[in-house]
Amino acid sequence: MDLDPSPDEAAFRAEARSWLAAHVPTAPLPSLETAEGFAAHRAWERILAANGWSVVSWPRRYGGRGASTTEWLLFEQEYYAAGAPGRVSQNGTQLLAPTLFAHGTAEQRARVLPPMADGEVIWAQAWSEPEAGSDLAALRATARRTSGGWLLYGQKTWSSRAAFADRAFGLFRGGPAGERPHQGLTYVMFPLDAPGVTVRPIRRLDGKPAFAELFLDGVFVPDRDVIGEPGQGWRVAMSTAGSERGLTLRSPGRFTAAAARLAALWRERADPADTALRDRVADAVIAARAYHLRACATATRETEAAASRAAETRAGEARAAETRSGTRASARATVRRAATAATARAADRQRADNPAEASVNKVFWSELDLALHETALDLLGPYGELSDAAADAPGGGRWAEGYVFSLAGPVYAGTNEIQRDIIAERLLGLDRGRR
Amino acid sequence: MWFDLDDAQREFARTLNRMLSAADTPAVARAWAAGEHGPGRALWTRLSDAGVFALAVPEAYEGVGPLPVELAVALIEAGRHAVPGPLVETVAASALLTALAEEADASAGDPGDNAQALGGTTPSTGDTPRNPDSTTPSTGHNPRNPDSTTPSTGENPQNPDSTAPSTGHNPQNPGSTTGNADDATKDAHDTARGPDDITESSARAAAGFWLPRIASGRASVTLAAPAGGPYALDADAADAVFVVEAEGPTLRLAAGHSPVQPSFDPARRLARPVPAGTVLARGRAVAAATARATDWAAFATAAQTLGVGLTLLDRTVAYAKQRAQFGRPIGSFQAVKHRLADVHVALEFARPLLYGAAVALARGARDAGAAVAAAKVAAGEAAYDAARAALQLHGALGYTDEYPLSLWFRKARALRMAWGSPAHCRARVLAG
Ligand SMILES: Cc1cc2nc3c(=O)[nH]c(=O)nc-3n(C[C@H](O)[C@H](O)[C@H](O)COP(=O)(O)OP(=O)(O)OC[C@H]3O[C@@H](n4cnc5c(N)ncnc54)[C@H](O)[C@@H]3O)c2cc1C
Repeated sequence: MDLDPSPDEAAFRAEARSWLAAHVPTAPLPSLETAEGFAAHRAWERILAANGWSVVSWPRRYGGRGASTTEWLLFEQEYYAAGAPGRVSQNGTQLLAPTLFAHGTAEQRARVLPPMADGEVIWAQAWSEPEAGSDLAALRATARRTSGGWLLYGQKTWSSRAAFADRAFGLFRGGPAGERPHQGLTYVMFPLDAPGVTVRPIRRLDGKPAFAELFLDGVFVPDRDVIGEPGQGWRVAMSTAGSERGLTLRSPGRFTAAAARLAALWRERADPADTALRDRVADAVIAARAYHLRACATATRETEAAASRAAETRAGEARAAETRSGTRASARATVRRAATAATARAADRQRADNPAEASVNKVFWSELDLALHETALDLLGPYGELSDAAADAPGGGRWAEGYVFSLAGPVYAGTNEIQRDIIAERLLGLDRGRR
Repeated sequence: MWFDLDDAQREFARTLNRMLSAADTPAVARAWAAGEHGPGRALWTRLSDAGVFALAVPEAYEGVGPLPVELAVALIEAGRHAVPGPLVETVAASALLTALAEEADASAGDPGDNAQALGGTTPSTGDTPRNPDSTTPSTGHNPRNPDSTTPSTGENPQNPDSTAPSTGHNPQNPGSTTGNADDATKDAHDTARGPDDITESSARAAAGFWLPRIASGRASVTLAAPAGGPYALDADAADAVFVVEAEGPTLRLAAGHSPVQPSFDPARRLARPVPAGTVLARGRAVAAATARATDWAAFATAAQTLGVGLTLLDRTVAYAKQRAQFGRPIGSFQAVKHRLADVHVALEFARPLLYGAAVALARGARDAGAAVAAAKVAAGEAAYDAARAALQLHGALGYTDEYPLSLWFRKARALRMAWGSPAHCRARVLAG
């Protein structure tokens, strides 16, 4: 057990570090929840993409670097340590892309992913509805069959950055129905500027139009923009929902960087006699480290799983070769070896793949993010009340903006109450409560 | 022992609650946040008609106070309805001016000792509440002419509103905290004045001028003091911006303020007073009066905070009963129930601490400051818990500016730190 990057990983990290040092904007970009900030962040995505840094873990043919989870972790660490901007393309790259990798067609991947990678098309998530929040399966917006595609009707809400985004993906009631509300949902992609779409921005706590309501009145979606089978949308969506809650949405790098800034703020400003505040700073630093180390463990498991998959493939190939060459006894031995290795890793892999693991991460990072920012504001004393619009706001308003952002963490991506239920039921095996 | 509100106090709370419920305070708060003070001022007039601002002002200055229990009752209601404006600061300034004037009375004839107040001649409370325009302006000091012996506030007698020395920014240097050259010169001049120039009369004059106006609601004032941080709340709306500077310490009527620095709670408009203007008093008396005013500020903040917390809980309970997910009201889920129950417990234990602090203040108890600090911590943490629970249990709806919950949510965060951070208050509790 060690935490040292391999020579390849270290080289990857060094390359990222020097590129970031040369390219990260010196002044923070305006908040990405504003039109101006959104445009600035989109431009930044283009710069990242032009240099192959926008989606490092994707395969090369879609604009990535084929980076392993460990490399991705290292990249994110460098990224946030360099003070680089938040990622405006995240909905697409972290939610839609994994869905397309798992359920999309080759045509969809080839068409959708490259412009997503370079920020040319920025995606909004259109899942929630006024009546369907935690109980997403209660959604009512419909997709009606029409020739060559579907027509969307109804209302979506809380769609992050939909006022500025280009396209949206979402779930609609339509297609072959079943007995449960989870059946008969269809997962589609649609343009936000299509005829029949009305976008009404909604202002979040600090007045910025961070999300929007979508009113859909006969919006046409061609068949090629349906992801997975019509009627199977729930299964498709749930298989990728883990991405939203888990590691990839909120990498440890983000929190280790914030914790480092908080510790620096403490050294700069705090009254050493204020041990209560000191303890909160220390706790945040500890929690950020814990999140980082747990992510290292996850990355290791994923690397193992990938290696074992590769070994199985190799074993299969060897088997086929041996079968062809007629050495049956040695073929049997190879099969046995492969089977043992597979069983040994199955348990691990199952754990890594259990979507409920993402819930553990979600509860942890959302509360850590909030604690980091609340502590910073307390440290700032009377200046902690200032909004990021105030000229006096410390750190260019970054703590204030970060606080507002962190407040929503326990709500979006599945509320923490729901995540705790999932942890209790699916990881601890407790009875499913009445819901 | 009778540790409960009496019938009159309960009726006072109900009256205010009715009046504020009818007043559409969310709209008033939003207008205030946008810098439109008209509706807020109208609301303040109604509050003062109900006697609220007289509660912190002694009878000698046309008030009915100080009555901390009633004040707590009133400020809880103000918090419950998200009333905007420098409520706390007006209360604190009242305590400050009262304390200074009392000190001046006590040490009259002993200039240069305790109540080192500057300028002015014979104090006069001049005008009567019934006829504010009929009088001669009466507080000591002319900001344009510090050496003048003519009593003047620089006020136009025809227009009492023009006493507001606090609008706009420093044109030369809007963001400046040091003021422009003229101010700096005047400042230096003020500072250079020796004790010989100092009498206690200007403190009494200031009290005589401002306290009746505060009590009757004709003036709203604000206050910045070291314990409250660098900003004067709602200086752009107040008729007077009082500033206590650590050096001296000195009480000054600020000549203006820097541009408003938006707060997380937009209805709290923060501006720095410019470091220039009329010096009203300096010295140990100012220190003592400021300590008292700071306790009152913390106390008033605690009361307002408790009210904010109560509304956050009420609104969230109502929402949890009505919002359904999975075919049931969310209030039927244990996670939701327990969180709301915890908030209720916390608020109900902040309440007796607040009234206990009121009793201590009323008696002038030695440990009143510690009692106030305890109440402030409890109310601040309970209200912030209430805010976090409200935000969480409203889901995304709670996270929006448009939904009125935000008016209380943002206040809970800001009030928790105002006039004594939790850490500061905790230290105060232990210091006794
Ligand atoms: C900043 C932000 C951005 C968002 N972005 C998007 C987006 O881009 N696209 C999108 O589709 N959606 C988005 N959302 C919506 C988000 O997914 C929902 O807010 C979330 O699913 C909760 O739904 P709700 O708001 O309707 O709350 P509700 O479901 O009404 O929940 C209210 C409260 O009840 C609790 N509760 C509900 N059911 C239970 C239960 N069974 N047991 C215990 N407690 C329960 C919840 O935990 C919550 O505290 C966003 C939300 C926020 C705040």
